[in-house]
Amino acid sequence: MALDEIQIGGLGARRKRVEDARFIRGKGNYIDDFKLPGMLHMETLRSPIAHARITSIDTSKAWMTPGVHMVITGDMAAQHNLAWMPTLSYDTQAVLATDKVRFQGQEICCVVADDPYIAKDACEVIVVEYDPLPPIVNPKQALAPGAPIIRDDKAGQTNNICYTWEVGDKENTERVFADESMQVVSQDIFYPRTHPCPIENMAIISDYNSATGKLTIYLTTQAPHIIRTAVALVAELPEHMIRVIAPDLGGGFGNKVPVYPSYVIAILASILLTRPVKWIEDKTGNLISTGYARDMYFHCDAAIRKDGKIQAVRVHADTDNGGFFSDAQPTKFKIGLFHSIFGCYDVPYGYLTAQGHYTNKAPGGVAYRCSFRITESMFFQERFMQTCAYEIGMDQAEFRRVNFIREFPHRTTFGFLVDSGDYDKCLDLALDKIDYDGFKARQDAARKQGRLLGLGLSCMSEPLGAGNSREYDIIGIKMFDSAELRVHPSGKAVLKIGSKTQGQGHETTFAQIVTHELGIPADDILVQHGDTDNTPFGMGTYASRSTPTAGAATAMVARKVRAKAKKLAAHLLEVSEEDVEWELGRFYVRSAPNRGVTITDCAFAAYTNMPDGLEPGLENNAYYDPPNMTWPFDVYVTTVEVDPETGEWDVLKFVGVDDCGVRINPMIVEGQLHGGLAEAFAMAYHQMITFDSQGNCIGSNYMDYMIPTAWETPHFELYEVVTPSPHHPIGCKGIGECGCVGGPAAFVNAVVDAVAHLGVRNIDMPCLSSRVWEAIKYKKDVSGTPPLPGQ
Amino acid sequence: MPEFRTVQCVVNDEPREAEIEPRLLLVHFIREVLGLTGTHLGCDTTSCGACTVLFDGLPVKSCTVLGVQADGHDIVTVEGLGSPSELSPVQEGFHEEHGLQCGFCTPGMMLTATGFLEENPNPTEEEIRWALSGNNCRCTGYMNIVKAVQWAAKKMATSGISARGARG
Amino acid sequence: MMAYYREDAKVLSGGMSLIPLMKLRFAAPATIVDLNQIQGLDYIEEAGGYLRIGCLARNRAIVRSELVRSRHPLMSSAAPTISDPVVRNRGTVVGNLTHADPQGDWATVMMCLDGEVVARSTEGERVIPVSQFITGPFSTTLMPNEIAVEVRVPGATNFGEYHKIERKVGDFATVAVGVALQQQGGSVSRVGIGLTGVGPSNIKCYDAERIVSGGGLNENTIQQAAQAAAADSSPRTDHRGSEEYKREMVAVFVRRSLHAAAGIRAA
Repeated sequence: MALDEIQIGGLGARRKRVEDARFIRGKGNYIDDFKLPGMLHMETLRSPIAHARITSIDTSKAWMTPGVHMVITGDMAAQHNLAWMPTLSYDTQAVLATDKVRFQGQEICCVVADDPYIAKDACEVIVVEYDPLPPIVNPKQALAPGAPIIRDDKAGQTNNICYTWEVGDKENTERVFADESMQVVSQDIFYPRTHPCPIENMAIISDYNSATGKLTIYLTTQAPHIIRTAVALVAELPEHMIRVIAPDLGGGFGNKVPVYPSYVIAILASILLTRPVKWIEDKTGNLISTGYARDMYFHCDAAIRKDGKIQAVRVHADTDNGGFFSDAQPTKFKIGLFHSIFGCYDVPYGYLTAQGHYTNKAPGGVAYRCSFRITESMFFQERFMQTCAYEIGMDQAEFRRVNFIREFPHRTTFGFLVDSGDYDKCLDLALDKIDYDGFKARQDAARKQGRLLGLGLSCMSEPLGAGNSREYDIIGIKMFDSAELRVHPSGKAVLKIGSKTQGQGHETTFAQIVTHELGIPADDILVQHGDTDNTPFGMGTYASRSTPTAGAATAMVARKVRAKAKKLAAHLLEVSEEDVEWELGRFYVRSAPNRGVTITDCAFAAYTNMPDGLEPGLENNAYYDPPNMTWPFDVYVTTVEVDPETGEWDVLKFVGVDDCGVRINPMIVEGQLHGGLAEAFAMAYHQMITFDSQGNCIGSNYMDYMIPTAWETPHFELYEVVTPSPHHPIGCKGIGECGCVGGPAAFVNAVVDAVAHLGVRNIDMPCLSSRVWEAIKYKKDVSGTPPLPGQ
Repeated sequence: MPEFRTVQCVVNDEPREAEIEPRLLLVHFIREVLGLTGTHLGCDTTSCGACTVLFDGLPVKSCTVLGVQADGHDIVTVEGLGSPSELSPVQEGFHEEHGLQCGFCTPGMMLTATGFLEENPNPTEEEIRWALSGNNCRCTGYMNIVKAVQWAAKKMATSGISARGARG
Repeated sequence: MMAYYREDAKVLSGGMSLIPLMKLRFAAPATIVDLNQIQGLDYIEEAGGYLRIGCLARNRAIVRSELVRSRHPLMSSAAPTISDPVVRNRGTVVGNLTHADPQGDWATVMMCLDGEVVARSTEGERVIPVSQFITGPFSTTLMPNEIAVEVRVPGATNFGEYHKIERKVGDFATVAVGVALQQQGGSVSRVGIGLTGVGPSNIKCYDAERIVSGGGLNENTIQQAAQAAAADSSPRTDHRGSEEYKREMVAVFVRRSLHAAAGIRAA
């Protein structure tokens, strides 16, 4: 009898999380919870101004503060060739400022002391003198004639442009636009700067053992293996003597992918002082200096045929990259996977250009809960689709449906290959659940009474699970992932993976994949991750890539183990391997199904009773290079009511339909969607980082950087459609970020829809009540680009 | 040199005494002096609530109370919920309803929920959302946290166990 | 004690304003006088024609007080909008007033209700109307040797609403408007209208109050009062909203509250 897969916690089981046991008892291990013998504490002094030449730094009083062990400046770091470091986008970034400061919050000095209070005291007595320069807070200012060159440290840099990029078929696109029978719709939209901002800030303990030469780094990182290699290359240390441990992380959302200056200095300090050095970032430091996201200006033209079919798109994006180009993204793509735009629509021709700009703002460009700037592309796509529907006078759901792709695989206009999907089914279900037709009647009736109701729709498909290795690498390392599986004699197993949980529940779900392949109960499988000495090389967890890559590697390694177990089963059953069949948890003789052995029997035999010529043990590893990315499809639709006098708005109902293929653990999938949708709502509602004309960061703490509470966050009603990925070993697709990627457009579309009859086509996020009020009062679009007006 | 003050208080039912600097925050007293690292520190502005503990039975943000103010008072941290053998209804609810992901906000969230349920053992969804609005979670979107609190309320009603769990 | 330490000392009640300032190192008092050790300062009671709030009465207690709700519904309307539920377990009304953050909500409420601060020192006790107590951002007429031991509100009002636009729970007001009335059958014997977040400090709208107390509640006086209150505001454009928006919201909320008081459905 095959086992009941759900009962043993296999594929599809709503298995309760194994991680919870420690977290709900306060027994998690976050970096700040570690205390090492002799440990010192570091604090970082940051620039209060956005753009200035540094004329002097006086650290003498800090050195004299009792309890201070070391004060590190850029000049000191330079002696160790560490004043600058490479970025993930092949630029350089100042570790500690030596020449000038390029954004408010930039790192200037670090103080190492007996306790963090003393280190902070000492930072306060460091005197830095500045010669101010004009600050630049948007791409327009960056390109203005006479603008100061922000990156005057780079030989040959004569302007503030950090990259240009293009993709598509310019000639054929222009040919379509020249056809006068086409209706052309155009729009400009700004996606404001925002920040992943996990509740736990960045942290490191660097522990250098001068006797053994071993450097152990406890780090808030989503990608420990990449960090180990990066540290080896940058600090010129032997890689086998570096161990990176990423223990429990208090959220990541892309923020914990890059290498930050204070990490580098903590490592340097621990080597110089030969003592462990701990640095715990504060919230302001996190918000003003670490990897931000978005900050993109979008322009699009679409040429649309009379029947509503889009025939060509022309897209241009300008990015504001801050003082250093340090986007965390695959090497080939300068604007991430932004060209995934219009991926779920059949658009024959397209041409996309992009340009990046240095400004006096923090660097970053991290994939904040998305697959490398896909959040921007899907937001703009769905905002623009709504505008097109208004302009050509077509129902917005119908307009999307007319343009959907229906045959798979489908090559998109910018070159991706969409693997699978059933878009009509998802859209039908979503429209039914929101009562689309009924709502339109209610909206009309409400308008007659002076009430404003709106409905926002967002449909999107997101390529998740980079690589393949042909196209995707980060600092040259190809984007595969890995798993190692060892089955002990008693049939209990340990799975080690190259990815790293930050709350997604890998310890729970990856065991379920092994259970599905081997029939070992999930409770008998321990999942390990996040320690480079004890796990195989992997690229880490971000861009919704864990299940598509490490999850696939897990299935593949389990199959390798099963293949060996089959040989052991044949030996135990005294038949040839060809006569052995598999059902969950058990091999049996084809001609005599009652004769069988369990996977546990095979595991025991692997150590106690192996046949001649077969290597002992039952373990293997797998490196999985995905043939393509996985393509979930999602429909989000929401209704809102806007207060016509105040511009305040409330969500009436939210419906999500997600097709992420096979769900390993539906409970966890739903949890991921809730989290992503809450962040989507946050960006649409109130969450932003902006700047005044002096380059001061507005949104530098949780008083001004609004993350929603349980009170504001709406209720999300979710439904599923399942179209398995044809190339993933168990049919899964990424899902962790879909809500965050597709959600913002649904909310903004709803607010705009409520006021669209006034001629309004755009309100830049976040849709603060003041902006919505302005749109209503002046019957016009409202911009949210920095600098803030009036300052 | 800073002068030190003696603090005597009860933490998780155990009397504790320590000499501390007057400027030491309660959260650091709990974490660094008492070694109870389940209480977390998230922001600097009394906003996020990751540091929430029960202070004489009421949820307070321990990043905005001085350690010396605990003198003579009763503190409960996440380590004081439930017993070694049995989870409290709130802890169990968070596990059953997937009310946590990264776990960083969880101790504070559970303590706020515990204080709230002691006061209002039969809340509506709206009352739960309002009561939790001083604690931020970045992972869950709050949906399952609300369900977790509802689960705990039901457990309390059927078992007669308090939100903080059976003692002893 | 305050006579001894004077300027070097800060008084700690709830600590929800002072400790954040110390953490940001905007304040570094040499001495902190913690009132929490003193028994009997957390009262909410009625005596001598006043609703009296002791300096250790927490916002939590105000939210839950039936006495407050029955005497001054404006206070019960405002209290739940102050910070968040966990902070309200510590934060106090009197602490909020003495901190005098220009975004503070209690000063507006107390100006509407003609509240008075009772200050005590070794030299005795004095009573200061809240409208004279607050002199500007973070600045009051409290003397270095004094402690604010109570805030008290005379009489009773039978209508009160505090409208606050905040971007999330715990946010300071983008705009907030307090309206309190004592009225019977269309005649108004007492009125208070105050504003938060739309000027350098809290604003008491004397003109708007005069319009209502003189003319009673009708569509005409309501519109006039709303315009007068908007004219009293002097908001600044910032990341919460434009000057124009904030001024307009003052008018909207004064109008809405007065309509509600008069039982008129919004047009």
